[in-house]
Amino acid sequence: MQFRLLEVNLMSEKREVILEANHITKKFPASRGRTLIANDDVSLKMYKGQTLGLVGESGCGKSTFMKFLVSLDKPSAGEILYRGTDITKLKGEELRQSRQHIQMVFQDPTLSFNPKMTVRDIVCEPLLNFKKIKRSEKDPVCKRLLEMVELPGDYADRYPHNMSGGQRQRVAIARALALEPEIVVLDEATSALDVSVQKTVIELIIKLQKEKNITFGFICHDIALVQSVAHQIAVMYLGNLVEILPGRDLSEKAMHPYTRALMGAVFDINMDFSKPIESIDSEAPSPLDLPKGCPFRGRCAQCMEICKREKPKMTELEEGHSVACHLYRR
Amino acid sequence: MLELKDVMISYKNVPTVEHFSMRMKQGQIISLVGESGSGKTTVIRAILGLLPGGGKVTGGEITFEGEDILAYNAEKWRKLRGSDISMIFQDSGAMMNPTKKIGTVFTEYIRTHEKISKKEAWAKGITMLERMRLPAADNVMNSYPFQLSGGMRQRVGIAMGMTYQPKLLLADEPTSALDVTIQAQIVRQMMQLREDYNTSIIVVTHNLGVAAYMSDYIIVMKHGRIEDQGTREYILKESQNAYTRKLLDAVPSLGGESYV
Repeated sequence: MQFRLLEVNLMSEKREVILEANHITKKFPASRGRTLIANDDVSLKMYKGQTLGLVGESGCGKSTFMKFLVSLDKPSAGEILYRGTDITKLKGEELRQSRQHIQMVFQDPTLSFNPKMTVRDIVCEPLLNFKKIKRSEKDPVCKRLLEMVELPGDYADRYPHNMSGGQRQRVAIARALALEPEIVVLDEATSALDVSVQKTVIELIIKLQKEKNITFGFICHDIALVQSVAHQIAVMYLGNLVEILPGRDLSEKAMHPYTRALMGAVFDINMDFSKPIESIDSEAPSPLDLPKGCPFRGRCAQCMEICKREKPKMTELEEGHSVACHLYRR
Repeated sequence: MLELKDVMISYKNVPTVEHFSMRMKQGQIISLVGESGSGKTTVIRAILGLLPGGGKVTGGEITFEGEDILAYNAEKWRKLRGSDISMIFQDSGAMMNPTKKIGTVFTEYIRTHEKISKKEAWAKGITMLERMRLPAADNVMNSYPFQLSGGMRQRVGIAMGMTYQPKLLLADEPTSALDVTIQAQIVRQMMQLREDYNTSIIVVTHNLGVAAYMSDYIIVMKHGRIEDQGTREYILKESQNAYTRKLLDAVPSLGGESYV
């Protein structure tokens, strides 16, 4: 079934929604009868050929959310529509077939590879699984995939441990792209790399996106990096989406106090060193005992009476920019 | 106060760091930056005599407060560590015994340096934790390392390191494992140490933003050698060294270049 939804945004360029997550909630049972709410009513859209950046601190539920996209886990409630099909309801062979459209690259490539497999076996495995190629075709296919990620073709015989972190991450990207998926989820894919290597991997990702029109889900804790790669940025805090806005508007238009706090905590080499670094005090509360009202209220400098009683809802301020904060209620 | 002269450090007779020289004044903050494997951690471990198995300083001199510390025997080293020079690690929690409570480790540490009763040591520990702005210090002392968050563990590490107001604090990637908002808090707190105690700090970090914010002087390392060095202003603005420029260009910046 082909399901096409066209949207016209402010710039009047056409954006095609290829994935829509609606009201995703995930609850994990915890000790003493409590529940941990890892995702609370998260709704997001992904557009063809664009990058959705997901930022937030550890434990905010960003990886949990992305795991639903690649069907590694199922949400407690809500639906994820990929081209009109709810992928959270798929089972068996249907589920297996759907996996080839959405692939993932993990943070630590050493842990996501079988150490006893050569690079050739690693990058060709998905293709063999889906019977896209014959065993005899492995050599040329592997060479083509390695060249795509700018690695020499003779790396095919290497093992993951003979390569540097950046090279391994390139192999992981080659494996994820082997099936020509429409969506690739990058879960902190560059966080373990040195900055200069990180830059080359990011450049590769951008180049591949332009060539193949891939949609990326980019999870990262570094808001400065996300800003440089993402078309839309979604900020999460303790399982809740607090703000979503176009990447290019981040510096000027970010509204939510938490988004501003994340930006204030960035150490920038061009910053004014005489000014003290802004940061919010204290730490995020445990997701097990969330305060009533706004999840951010305990750390928010602009906390008001209403924040303690009522949880703010996502309000659209302008096309593509929504924020969940009582300060900006209409 | 601290001087390294043409230091060479080898692991199993293979030189890892060569021709490393630096001078440091009291109250200065110097950062060592570079990519993984450039030898930055090796250098600060050598200053504290804590090179892992097979590692040895095979050339040059390290003088601290006018004394050649390489000539020290084990007893003298032990006196120096934790009192005049202390170190904080990337994850202070992982450096503590997981089966012992923070309080037990902390009092044991205090009692190896000072002859005081357990009760006094406990009270001293609590004072230190409170000074590092840890809420409910009593609770922290009664917790195991795994019960604390990364930011709290790092504060405990700093509190322990600062108990005897060391002249020199060595920090090995002190904020790399932390969330950004917590990282900002810890960096602020370390800067405060210099204000309060005039502590000299050597920070090893791969985060050039943190290095630039904290330090007066930056040393860029590559393949075990000093590639470039200078004051913060020189490194950030003037240096023409190709490697330094490459590292600086790779740092993502808010409101900076966008690929999309």
